[in-house]
Amino acid sequence: MGNILVIFKKELKSYFASPIAYLLLGIFAVIFGFFFYSATRVFVLTGMQMQMMGRGMPMDVNEYVIRPLLGNASVIGLFLIPMITMRLFAEEKRTGTIELLMTSPVRDLEIVIGKWLAAMVLYASILGISAINIAILYGFGRPDLKPILVGYLGLLLQGGCLLAIGIFISTLTRNQIIAGGATFAVCLMLWVLDWVSAYDQSAWGKVIAYLSVVTHFEPFSKGVIDTKDVIFYLSMIFFGLFLTSRSMESLRWRA
Amino acid sequence: MIKVEGLTKRYARTVAVDNISFEVEKGQIVGFLGPNGAGKTTTMRVLTCFLPPTAGTAQVAGFDVLEQPLEVKKRIGYLPETPPLYPDMEVGEYLIFVGKLKGLTSADVPKRVAEVCDRCAITDVKSKLIGKLSKGYRQRVGLAQAILHNPDVLILDEPTSGLDPKQIIETRELIRSLAGDHTIILSTHILSEVEHSCERVIIINQGKLVAQDTVTNLTNRLRGSESVAVEIQTSNGNLNHADVRQRLEQVAGVSRVVLKDTRDNHCAFEVESLQGRSIRAELARAVVTSGWDLNELRPVGFSLEDIFLQLTASESEKAQKKVEAKA
Repeated sequence: MGNILVIFKKELKSYFASPIAYLLLGIFAVIFGFFFYSATRVFVLTGMQMQMMGRGMPMDVNEYVIRPLLGNASVIGLFLIPMITMRLFAEEKRTGTIELLMTSPVRDLEIVIGKWLAAMVLYASILGISAINIAILYGFGRPDLKPILVGYLGLLLQGGCLLAIGIFISTLTRNQIIAGGATFAVCLMLWVLDWVSAYDQSAWGKVIAYLSVVTHFEPFSKGVIDTKDVIFYLSMIFFGLFLTSRSMESLRWRA
Repeated sequence: MIKVEGLTKRYARTVAVDNISFEVEKGQIVGFLGPNGAGKTTTMRVLTCFLPPTAGTAQVAGFDVLEQPLEVKKRIGYLPETPPLYPDMEVGEYLIFVGKLKGLTSADVPKRVAEVCDRCAITDVKSKLIGKLSKGYRQRVGLAQAILHNPDVLILDEPTSGLDPKQIIETRELIRSLAGDHTIILSTHILSEVEHSCERVIIINQGKLVAQDTVTNLTNRLRGSESVAVEIQTSNGNLNHADVRQRLEQVAGVSRVVLKDTRDNHCAFEVESLQGRSIRAELARAVVTSGWDLNELRPVGFSLEDIFLQLTASESEKAQKKVEAKA
């Protein structure tokens, strides 16, 4: 446990000591800010139109603004995650510091978990920016808090699973660009798998759609915690971290 | 302290280390010698649990590298060929991280960091970014990292590569000062380094162990006979080098006389003795009683360099002969 903490602190520090963290925070702030502006603008305009037409039905902020925004956040996350994970092992392999880690009295899995936790915290702080935007809504309305929290839980679980996959890919190469590119491709695949279900209703189509990380996020964005989705994400996280520690071990054999 | 038996490491197609066995006693400094690509780094990586052996066993302080890697790692300090440094960390910050990673308690860390900084003379760069340090400082930070948790065994892979002469001397002194409490294995392809800092030498070539012994034994064993350079001159008249040669050959214990240089009243020889005979005194007497002047009488020692070349060359010559025999 202590070892995990040592690795975690070091990784987190190096994220925030380098421009990576701030770059990612900046990118996310700009893109999410744009989506937030458009979503609220459309919401306000539709609301005004409806009032003019004499149908003063109250509109749900949660459903019309927050839900699509959380969906957007998950997609932006998809693009940022490769940039978070690509350096984690690839850089250590390139500079040779991996030798320090692997000859220290620390278990492989402790190294992997420490790094994953640091990546999670960076990802969470990126999501934190979207929370600032959403908090503004409380100044003008009274959105329901619980579905928002559930949505963020979903975002964290989805991010955790993609980060675990990204870390695994980072152990496979000593080139950060390759690690980043491959992670992006895999993230993208796991996202678009969902589209298969649109035109393939067979059993295979369902299986493939099930593998998509986005299908499992939808219930969360609606404020529903479904055990099946939580288990999907947790097992993906476990699987990714397990693969990473195995891959570290195979580094020793292949070297 | 370190026990290696029948160690073999095979990569996909090449055999990097081939059936090596050796032992290192507690407190010894052992030099690991070999040309580039001989398998030095691979052997060290096996000892540090970075690579598992393909066959054979390696034990450090009684713990097997495959069975109890964590116990082995706790007792080893390792400086790889390129020091494992994070360029975006400060020296002090880095050492604190390594200290915790190696399992020092938080109370011990600052004390140990201060100690090793002092020992490796890096206190003045403690708050600098590692990325901004010169090669020599980086090497020293790497060394500080290796000795930080006061390990029983220190494994140093080419600790003086890339340093300037003054730094090399300082590093050697530092290494020697560490002996006693620590068992040290250091690899190098610079021979004088072994002569300067090691008690024992293990020579490997192409993955095979060629020789292992103490430095003095190794030089004696390979030298066997003494070799002396003699320079003789006459103040009056010419000097016939054939006469001189004859006289020198008569000296008891001389096995061979080789003419090196001759000018009108002046000649130089290299004289080799029989196994285990000292001939210098006799030679001097012979020259003086013959009426010549003795300009120089100097023992020509074999350096480790000669031994090394002899050993590694004989290996490749054997291989060459085999190839020729087959052809």
